[in-house]
Amino acid sequence: MSALLEIEDLAVSFGRTGAVRGTSLTVERGETLCVVGESGCGKSVTALAVMNLLARGARRTARSMRFQGEDLLGLSDTGMARLRGNDMAMIFQEPMTSLNPAYTVGSQMTEVLRRHKGTPQRVAVDRAADLLARVGITAPGLRLGQFPHQLSGGLRQRVMIAMALMCEPKLLIADEPTTALDVTVQAQILRLLAQLQRDLGLGMMLITHDLGIVARVAHKVAVMYAGKVVENAATAELFASPRHPYTQGLLRCVPVPGKIKRDEPLGSIPGTVPRVGPDFEGCAFRERCSFADPTCEHEIPRHQAGGAHDFLCRLPA
Amino acid sequence: MSVVSVTTGPRRGWKSVSTWIGAVIVGIAMICALFAPLLAPHDPFAQDLGKRLLVPFWMEGTDPAHLLGTDQLGRDYLSRLIYGCRISMLIGVTVTIVSAVIGIAIGVLGGFLGGRVDDAVLFAITTRLSIPVVLVALAVVGLLGSSMHLLVITLGLLLWDRFAVVARSTTMQVRNLDFVAAAWCAGCSRFRILSREVLPNIASHLVVVATLEIALAILLEAALSFLGLGVPPPLPSWGLMIAEAKDYMFFSPWVIVIPGIALFVLVLGINLLGDGLRDAFGTHRTDT
Amino acid sequence: MLQFLVRRLIVALLVAATVMTLAFILTRLSGDLAVSIAGPNATQEDIELVRKAYGLDRPLTSQFFDWVGRAVTGDLGESYFFKARVSSLIAERMPITITLGLTGLVIALLVSLPLGILAAVRENTTLDRVVQMVALLGQAMPSFWLGLILMITFGLQLGWLPISGTGSWQHYVMPGIVLAFSAIPALTRLTRAGMIQAMGSDYIRTARAKGLSRASILLKHALRNAAIPVVAIAAVQLGFMLGGSIVIEQVFALHGVGFLAWESIGKNDFPVVQAVVLVLAVIYVALTMLADLMNAVLDPRLR
Ligand SMILES: Nc1ncnc2c1ncn2[C@@H]1O[C@H](COP(=O)(O)OP(=O)(O)OP(=O)(O)O)[C@@H](O)[C@H]1O
Ligand SMILES: [Mg+2]
Repeated sequence: MSALLEIEDLAVSFGRTGAVRGTSLTVERGETLCVVGESGCGKSVTALAVMNLLARGARRTARSMRFQGEDLLGLSDTGMARLRGNDMAMIFQEPMTSLNPAYTVGSQMTEVLRRHKGTPQRVAVDRAADLLARVGITAPGLRLGQFPHQLSGGLRQRVMIAMALMCEPKLLIADEPTTALDVTVQAQILRLLAQLQRDLGLGMMLITHDLGIVARVAHKVAVMYAGKVVENAATAELFASPRHPYTQGLLRCVPVPGKIKRDEPLGSIPGTVPRVGPDFEGCAFRERCSFADPTCEHEIPRHQAGGAHDFLCRLPA
Repeated sequence: MSVVSVTTGPRRGWKSVSTWIGAVIVGIAMICALFAPLLAPHDPFAQDLGKRLLVPFWMEGTDPAHLLGTDQLGRDYLSRLIYGCRISMLIGVTVTIVSAVIGIAIGVLGGFLGGRVDDAVLFAITTRLSIPVVLVALAVVGLLGSSMHLLVITLGLLLWDRFAVVARSTTMQVRNLDFVAAAWCAGCSRFRILSREVLPNIASHLVVVATLEIALAILLEAALSFLGLGVPPPLPSWGLMIAEAKDYMFFSPWVIVIPGIALFVLVLGINLLGDGLRDAFGTHRTDT
Repeated sequence: MLQFLVRRLIVALLVAATVMTLAFILTRLSGDLAVSIAGPNATQEDIELVRKAYGLDRPLTSQFFDWVGRAVTGDLGESYFFKARVSSLIAERMPITITLGLTGLVIALLVSLPLGILAAVRENTTLDRVVQMVALLGQAMPSFWLGLILMITFGLQLGWLPISGTGSWQHYVMPGIVLAFSAIPALTRLTRAGMIQAMGSDYIRTARAKGLSRASILLKHALRNAAIPVVAIAAVQLGFMLGGSIVIEQVFALHGVGFLAWESIGKNDFPVVQAVVLVLAVIYVALTMLADLMNAVLDPRLR
């Protein structure tokens, strides 16, 4: 059976910026893939490219993009709209502004179900109330009649999650769903997502730059840098033996209790993600990498490190 | 590989073309207004009842001495049109000067002082907006008799609202900027801060408003003159020309088409120029 | 919300009181009203008679408070020329002006909403620029002249529509179009700007992520939010249209309130003039309050 989502060599450019430059990802059914990387490395753009929700002005190309074996590249706008919200759903980074201020929570939730399944309003309302309860909202009946501005950020994100689940999607793409929330609420939402993923057998693509989250929820991880996936591995494997210097740098940034001494500065990678053109050659990390040498300016081969572990570095280490 | 979506960004060229068109129109109008006596081929008031309603150059039976024909009293239409441009520009500019002085004073005061003063300013603006301009202007001119001076003062007293609104909001923005706060701290007087810091910073917004107001004043003058309560005859105001020619329009439509198009083109030109200035200054629309 | 409305109401009453004072001053500007009412051939005796009859011999303050006191009870005085109560004169003519104003507003909305939406959806394309050009052209159009041109074309040459008067609904088509022209530019720009802003918003991305149809995204989710300022401005524009209809009523010989005012100005019939100014101002203020209310209905955040 084919994978749930399979992307090969996705590239997205905005004029002279190559936001994504040849990314390949696979999400299996019932599995959580975490995509990590610093701000601006193309995580959101990858997710939006899968959903075909890129802003005007974006140019998307790929060798292949398959969802449940169906070719997404050849799909018309209406064909794509039939999948979105139905078989693949997405929740966003900005819960405060992602709901329409003019309509009630209930009307925005039931609308998805009526659109894709033609469910009668009464039944849809019941399902919406069930799901609100499921994502941990008390008094769902009351909430259904409220407008987004009457809800806190955490509640709104829960509503977004419930709304994404209305049509029982196979794939849930969550783009930094907790970044805009309070720390305590962040933990609750993540626990909720992990639990829902297990219970419903969802395939999930979770975007984050928080490796603490990855350690807790991911089955496998894709590390992105400047528009490319630089390392792919199962979670345990990645944390145990990171191969790419960038991954190693990222992992050094995570404070592990007991492992660092008091008053010792937290590790960080010096510099920032460079903006590169679509035709940039070589390793984009070389400016910040302590192992860099002139060969890094040329095409880098992908190395296998056993099992499903691969990485993109000249060092076969 | 398949390309899914490519879109182009905005093209700036078109915008600058329209600004140039506007500038050229306004330039021509200014030349006509300043040098009307030199440009006009005939005396705009000279009647020749033997040459009434001669047709313009594009129609059959035209008189080469009168390019745009003559009106119902045999006056040369081109000359009247050129002198009419002078009247339109004169009224547009003077009305705008009067209304700018009133509106900017009120708006800057409200925006700068805030509090009670600002409440009063807002109230004045609300009241002004509730007064029907055309009706009140007609009533004033109707009661006091029509003259250019009266018309300018009346319209000036009525059209200051947009200046006040824009001056007020931009002053508020500028007042909260760092360098103005610094000037306060340095112990500069209010007057100095207003004249040195605030006014130069809101000037570009006000210039854009001024273009819109000139266009509006020209249109209003034409409408009032058309209703017989604007510029007194026999002055060749375009609105008055249309009113006087109205009885002949069904058989000689050009008598109203010519001054109407002149009016339309002039106002369009001013608005195009204003739009261009707005973009050049990077200010936002305030006229909706 | 209630507090807000009460405050608006107080401001509205203050505005009405100020306009009343201004209207009173306005009609006294010409100096001796008795002279102008009596007419050019009147003797000194006639003038004195007129002065007595209309109460113009009393001090200005007592004339003012008399007018205000009556106006508050709905008594706007008596017309010198029509020899009728001003309130009934205005009531008689008002339906024509309101019909004209509403026709203009409906036409304006029917044109500017689709144009604004179209321009926003096709932002930065030729179509967008054409729409913006149309708005600029509309802004530069002298309404009385457009009225005359329509009369020549559709009334005389094509014979499709009646040229003047108020007999049937067809009589309102041309004046309505002309009146609409004054509101179309502002409404189109506002619709376009609102739609562009809405289409770029996060909730539209959510709507697309939900797989909704294009029509639902545009008309249900984006337009609903873009329409909020448009509705408010539409109400205000209706106020401006009623005030500005005087020119168009004159062009098309529609005997509405504007026409009445125009006639009365010509006849020095000042009770009618000041009453029309007051009534139009009150209608404007009422419309701005209506706009606030509609905003609250459309935007749940304001409730
Ligand atoms: N609409 C757009 N127009 C132009 N450039 C864009 C657009 N959207 C994204 N980009 C560029 O694409 C690159 C990747 O952006 P993306 O939003 O995918 O980063 P990210 O990894 O999601 O970062 P973050 O963690 O901050 O969300 C950035 O350099 C950004 O500037
Ligand atoms: Mg992102």
